[in-house]
Amino acid sequence: MKGEKRIILEYADKINPEKAEDYIKVGGYKGLEKARRMKPKKIIEEVKKSNLRGRGGAGFNTGMKWSFIPENAPIKYVVCNLDEGEPGTYKDRIICEKNAQALLEGMAICATAIGAEKGYIYCRGEYPYIVKLLNNAIKSAKEIGALEDFDIEVRMGAGAYVCGEETALIESIEGQRGEPRFKPPFPGVEGLWGMPTVVNNVETFACLPYILVNGAEWFASIGAPNYPGTKILTLTGDINNPTYFEVPTDYLLSDVIYELGGGIKSGRELKAVQVGGSSGAFIPKKNIDTPIDFDSMTKIGASLGSGAVFVLDETRDIVDIATRIAKFFKHESCGKCNPCREGTFRMYEMMTRINKGLGKPEDIENILVLSRVMQKASLCGLGQAAPIPIETSIKHFKSDYMAKLN
Amino acid sequence: MINLTIDGKNVTVPRGTMLLEACRLAGADIPTLCYDPELKLAGSCRMCVVEVEGRRTLAASCVTPAEEGMVVQTESEEVVEARKVILELLLARHRLDCHVCEKDGNCRLQDYCYRYGVKDSRFKGEEPHFYKDDPNPFIERDYDKCIMCTKCVRACAEITGAFAINLKNRGHEVVISTAFDGGLKDSTCVFCGQCVMVCPVGALVSKVEKGRGRDYQTEKVRTICSYCGTGCTLELKVLNDQVVGVNSVRDERLSPVNRGALCVKGRFGWDFVNSKERLTQPLVRKDGELVPVSWDEALDYTASRLKEIKERWGAGSMAVFTSARTTNEENYLAQKLARAVIGTNNVDHCARL
Amino acid sequence: MGKSFEEIIAPFKDKKGGIIEAFHALQKEYNFIPQEALKETARIFRIPEAEAYGIATFYTHFSIEKRGKYIIRMCESAPCHVAGADKVLKALESYLGIKAGETTPDGKFTLELCECVGQCQATPVITINGEPELNVTPEKIPQILSKYE
Repeated sequence: MKGEKRIILEYADKINPEKAEDYIKVGGYKGLEKARRMKPKKIIEEVKKSNLRGRGGAGFNTGMKWSFIPENAPIKYVVCNLDEGEPGTYKDRIICEKNAQALLEGMAICATAIGAEKGYIYCRGEYPYIVKLLNNAIKSAKEIGALEDFDIEVRMGAGAYVCGEETALIESIEGQRGEPRFKPPFPGVEGLWGMPTVVNNVETFACLPYILVNGAEWFASIGAPNYPGTKILTLTGDINNPTYFEVPTDYLLSDVIYELGGGIKSGRELKAVQVGGSSGAFIPKKNIDTPIDFDSMTKIGASLGSGAVFVLDETRDIVDIATRIAKFFKHESCGKCNPCREGTFRMYEMMTRINKGLGKPEDIENILVLSRVMQKASLCGLGQAAPIPIETSIKHFKSDYMAKLN
Repeated sequence: MINLTIDGKNVTVPRGTMLLEACRLAGADIPTLCYDPELKLAGSCRMCVVEVEGRRTLAASCVTPAEEGMVVQTESEEVVEARKVILELLLARHRLDCHVCEKDGNCRLQDYCYRYGVKDSRFKGEEPHFYKDDPNPFIERDYDKCIMCTKCVRACAEITGAFAINLKNRGHEVVISTAFDGGLKDSTCVFCGQCVMVCPVGALVSKVEKGRGRDYQTEKVRTICSYCGTGCTLELKVLNDQVVGVNSVRDERLSPVNRGALCVKGRFGWDFVNSKERLTQPLVRKDGELVPVSWDEALDYTASRLKEIKERWGAGSMAVFTSARTTNEENYLAQKLARAVIGTNNVDHCARL
Repeated sequence: MGKSFEEIIAPFKDKKGGIIEAFHALQKEYNFIPQEALKETARIFRIPEAEAYGIATFYTHFSIEKRGKYIIRMCESAPCHVAGADKVLKALESYLGIKAGETTPDGKFTLELCECVGQCQATPVITINGEPELNVTPEKIPQILSKYE
């Protein structure tokens, strides 16, 4: 059995995340020092070579994302996405609570690479205590000069899952309704206040100090070659150890559940697991011997997403849970585009009907048609992903649906 | 220049051209609800989606720049399915009363449902519940017909600059609203009706025109608004020799001054045209009574009185005051009359006050 | 009390995009955004009132309706749902004598439903004025709420 591999969380609970000195004692801010001695292009090359891919859900190559920033732009921004809203996800909170300084260092490394002087952390409104923690951490890092001229400001969201989408997040920092923008232009070209902006997830930034210190090759050799490094997972549902783990990315989903997770509660059998939060696909038991990395998950029609692992035992009513998830998306749709605004609403209506035993076979057909169109025609990732849990629950557990039909 | 293939045809467009424009150049008729060439792009109705080879999702053509080598299908099976489903979703939140709707025959939603054979919606459930009475004399707001294209919000902000309306709430509950849900008369609305002009459905209609004839029944007469000297082009809707409404003319070549934008008077204040109380011939007061006379008599009378006054009191006793409701040319002629004929420099104009 | 709307908003007025921070500050003081405060915010940030209203009504943490002193938010996201959130909600409703979305007659508690609050290691979760309460069961409710009496 393989266990955890802790890189970001190595010193969890051994250092005070607010204190830059504590972090420095365990080797902190060495990566930034190194970056400052490098040419910006070299830093980007190094990050590219490490093959670090975005930990927020889309899995885009981080160095590549940075390379889109036009060098000659007068103002550039670094933005950290701490709006983790995927139900069952709390890994970014854990990173802040255990190793906030690594996030700050990662942002400063990015700023050095792209030539930015200002960074923002957009923290979800559900974490007011993390806003406090981060402000203290920034103060401490500033006091000892670790961040030099790089300023970081923490902004707090106000209860909108859609603001986890990078352009909606930017709109929200700008003080607007958090509605996603159409792309292009991408934030790398026209982001915050129209300036080139890098938006990365907390976990992505927190990997950077270790990549700079230990080298791109070292990072690239950990876990799955196509999506190297570690991933912090948060386990919820019918699992014996409902907690967080940092594992190499080639770790098997089955081991997550049965080794680290300690197996299913009450000795029951696994029915399904949903990875990546509420926007993730339901994965039936037969597919769990799959590594958790981005591409392997995609191959089985799922996604790693945020790294939430929601475990359901054999007694669970999947239709009821899918209905609950449909309500989530109805509640969180921003309302800008037709397929998502109306689609999430009607999806929830149809699911509620079925869940109450009032559904007809054509409801399932209509859900599948709607699901297809939402995935293809919605403006942003929210509307495109919203039908996936519903669709996959029908695909793998159709008999559960049939049993509930009127 | 960029070369791409649209429905099998090769098209060349300048860099920066959006696919919507490129598709139209290729002869494809792309449906749009939220797109308006004069307003900021929204990219939100998704009716204009097209299939671009190699892409995971459909592209909203109004906000997708054309790229070299793109291969585009504008009516593929996937595209048509998406448009049909979007129309069905909109129908489910739209109160369908075309038989009494002002916009019947001139409604985008109706047109596209017809085009794609969308008779009914598979997604009907909760009915629309967004209607709220707004007692004002000009604009009827029936958000039970609103399809959330947001063109009214953009027109209010970008054309008129009144900023009276915006979006309220989010998700399915999102609705167009003034601050604190008040009526338009308590908002910064100036009743220009630009929102009515851009509304693609019957959600915003003119109360003044209501019930007086559908757009397709009326004859259109393009003219210049007579209210002031700005010279806005508008189109009168005429039915049985009566003016029954005003349309915007948005084509810049036909409406170079205002490109369709009007003010409250031009858009809603044409009722007087058919008024029985309207003066249709000159009147001269005789023995304390106003009596209809011929134009010749009226003009002779005026000229002789002006002459008398000038002879008795001098030209300086007279002044000419002109109106913003007359044209530049008429204003010019009036001052000419004052200076050259009457012989006074006492000339003024209401726009100076 | 005592601080004017303008004083509450002042620290954020020069912050680009600071209107959301200003709304947070107003809510901290009043637990909702009073109409006059919203008008004042629009004026200070130089945006139309309709737009400020649109921003305030977009985010679920902001309320334009008067609320209680303590805002109880019950997470009903999937992980809390399978851990028995429904039962906790019923217990909360019966203990407080109100339905979700309502405020107790004494103005002390407002009960709201919410989505994931990111404390999923200990479901079901409620928050009271932002502070999470973990592993909530119907039995624990009187004791939890007694802290706020």
